[in-house]
Amino acid sequence: MLKQTEGSRAVAEAVAMCRPEVICAYPISPQTHIVEALGEMVKDGTLSPCEFINVESEFAAMSVAIGSAAAGARSYTATASQGLLFMAEAVYNASGLGLPIVMTVANRAIGAPINIWNDHSDALSQRDSGWLQLFAETNQEALDLHIQAFRLAEELSLPVMVCMDGFILTHAYERVDMPTQAQVDAYLPKYVPRQVLDPGEPVSIGAMVGPEAFMEVRYLAHAKQMEALELIPSYAAEFKSVFGRDSGGLTHTYRTEDAETIIVAMGSVLGTIKDVIDEMREEGHKIGVLGITLFRPFPLARVRESLQGAKRVVVLEKSMAVGLGGILSTNVRMALSGLHMHGYTVIAGLGGRAITKKSLHGLFRQAGQDALEPLTFLDLDWNMVNKQLEREKAHRRSGPVAENLLRDVGVVAARNY
Amino acid sequence: MSFQPVKFYQTGTFTVGNRLLPPEERSVQASAKRFNSINSGHRACQGCGEALGARYAIDAAMEATDGQVIAANATGCLEVFSTPYPETSWQIPWIHSLFGNTAAVATGIAAALKVKGLSQNPKTRVVAQGGDGGTTDIGFGCLSGMFERNDDVLYICYDNGGYMNTGVQRSSATPPAARTATTMAVGPEPGNVFGQGKFVPAIAMAHNIPYVATATVADLRDLEAKVRRAMEFRGARYIHILVPCPLGWGTPSQDTIKMARLAKETGIFPVFEAEHGEIKSVLAIRRPLPVEDYLRPQKRYAHLFGKTPALATIAHIQELADRNIRKYGLQARKEGH
Repeated sequence: MLKQTEGSRAVAEAVAMCRPEVICAYPISPQTHIVEALGEMVKDGTLSPCEFINVESEFAAMSVAIGSAAAGARSYTATASQGLLFMAEAVYNASGLGLPIVMTVANRAIGAPINIWNDHSDALSQRDSGWLQLFAETNQEALDLHIQAFRLAEELSLPVMVCMDGFILTHAYERVDMPTQAQVDAYLPKYVPRQVLDPGEPVSIGAMVGPEAFMEVRYLAHAKQMEALELIPSYAAEFKSVFGRDSGGLTHTYRTEDAETIIVAMGSVLGTIKDVIDEMREEGHKIGVLGITLFRPFPLARVRESLQGAKRVVVLEKSMAVGLGGILSTNVRMALSGLHMHGYTVIAGLGGRAITKKSLHGLFRQAGQDALEPLTFLDLDWNMVNKQLEREKAHRRSGPVAENLLRDVGVVAARNY
Repeated sequence: MSFQPVKFYQTGTFTVGNRLLPPEERSVQASAKRFNSINSGHRACQGCGEALGARYAIDAAMEATDGQVIAANATGCLEVFSTPYPETSWQIPWIHSLFGNTAAVATGIAAALKVKGLSQNPKTRVVAQGGDGGTTDIGFGCLSGMFERNDDVLYICYDNGGYMNTGVQRSSATPPAARTATTMAVGPEPGNVFGQGKFVPAIAMAHNIPYVATATVADLRDLEAKVRRAMEFRGARYIHILVPCPLGWGTPSQDTIKMARLAKETGIFPVFEAEHGEIKSVLAIRRPLPVEDYLRPQKRYAHLFGKTPALATIAHIQELADRNIRKYGLQARKEGH
């Protein structure tokens, strides 16, 4: 059914249709609307049977989900940013124990400086946590990915993170096609756990593992993720047969067939990039984009196959490996190992900095002429940066960096954007 | 007809008189049908108070639920010594997740049981357990959250006064003056400082949860009774058991029970039970003893009894014990009553 609704609301309704049995909630922007909506559905009885637990921290949220999943209940939570970092120990534990928890991450920057706006630093900080990571481009895909996530998690006995851009998607009102309960029931079978805490058949879960078996346990976690590379395309195909639309999968390509320049990106920025590509195509530029839907496991073969015909690859990412450059681009580079082509890393949109069509036009033109630096920070204000560097040179006690820069910027409303 | 009242203790001894009681009143451990939830063969040290306390506590919980207990366990000695895989001592479903999240994991298990209708019939119940480090320090946030939401979990803390698994470091349950690896017996105030630490049973009571109790491994029948009582309630329950640690305390392995008894008899460790934030009963001191009797046998207090005994420090500890006696009404009762 077509519906004009908020991204968070659409995701909450999709999650509810997956019949979660335990939901743990701790408020952090910008994921709050999702768990608020679910809390209301549980309280008014629309979502039943389900236990909705207001926990005291994100660390507890993931820990409650660990307990409930181990006791055989379909378990869900949502978080973002600092919340994801605060629960990090339990994030690794959930995947290490092989518990199929589904979690929404409403992508947001990580402080300090504290910042509530969108980038991908939070989810990418957990890229090696053993969770599968899916990135939604639109609200439609965000809600669809949640339905696929439960299926995937429970089949593999691995937790799945569904990442959607904070505010840009979570708070945007858009048209979405809401599935029916019957469709979701047809697609998502009942959860049958591989391991369960059951007095009738007692098992010990979480014993200490020494050097005699630890490598093998860790290898199996990797092998399981590799299985997802096979499963995900078939689940996406099955999804299409039940729901009638393409959603999910490993990657999405757009106008890459004869492209000399291919942009690589994740999440909602793909929409803006496609608009720019359409305009540049009209001008005769051979340019296309590869959208990464599945970040973990990283679809190396698919990425290589999609990019190998290009002359240059520009990875535009909302994350940064401080002291190295990009995170996504490092992964892409691994997929391109041995191929000779120009590769560019563009860090963009950190902390909610707008990624405009105008900036992208300029960036892609420069890339087309191979006039880009290998590592570029899109729309970085060099005046601000240099002023602070001068200050640090002039005074030992130059004060806190972020506050200095804010003082230099002045009141934002007065700024001529 | 003359009536001979059954005395729990033989006058003049501390021997528990199971044989004087009818079978249905005997302790869980005295029964051939005990559950052995933590089976023999685990790797606890000789004289481990925690292994003993856990054995009595979990078997009592099993008896109260017809064998339907799921346990969540914090990282620590109990976790390590009970599951040297491929061996496990646990005859019950058992999960270890992390050091600081045991109460929350138990909340999750309880929620799953509730939503699946398993908490009613059959009555599967959840017990969470950890040492004092996992309870009063790193797991305290999750513990308080579980209490505050009144989740249907019995949390048992085995308090041996420090991080014994990592080599005897100070926790917020380490008593003043005690030597640990991070409060060495050096400097002008050797050992753990005074005026720090917390008594989590009192904090648990402040949450107004249905049931809070303390116990020691010196009174195992009392411990069993408290676990049984705890299982009569729904909601959050907390039992804090003093479990001497021969390694960390520097006491002979055969003196574990004796040390626990001295902690209780000197007033160092108050033994009581509380319902909905109000104290309902205390285990009175039977034979008042000076704290010195408790401190002197322990190597962690050896610096108090050197060439020049630290009389002021001992007096300070005596004051704290006397305050417990006043505060909890632990005054000695006359023998035979």
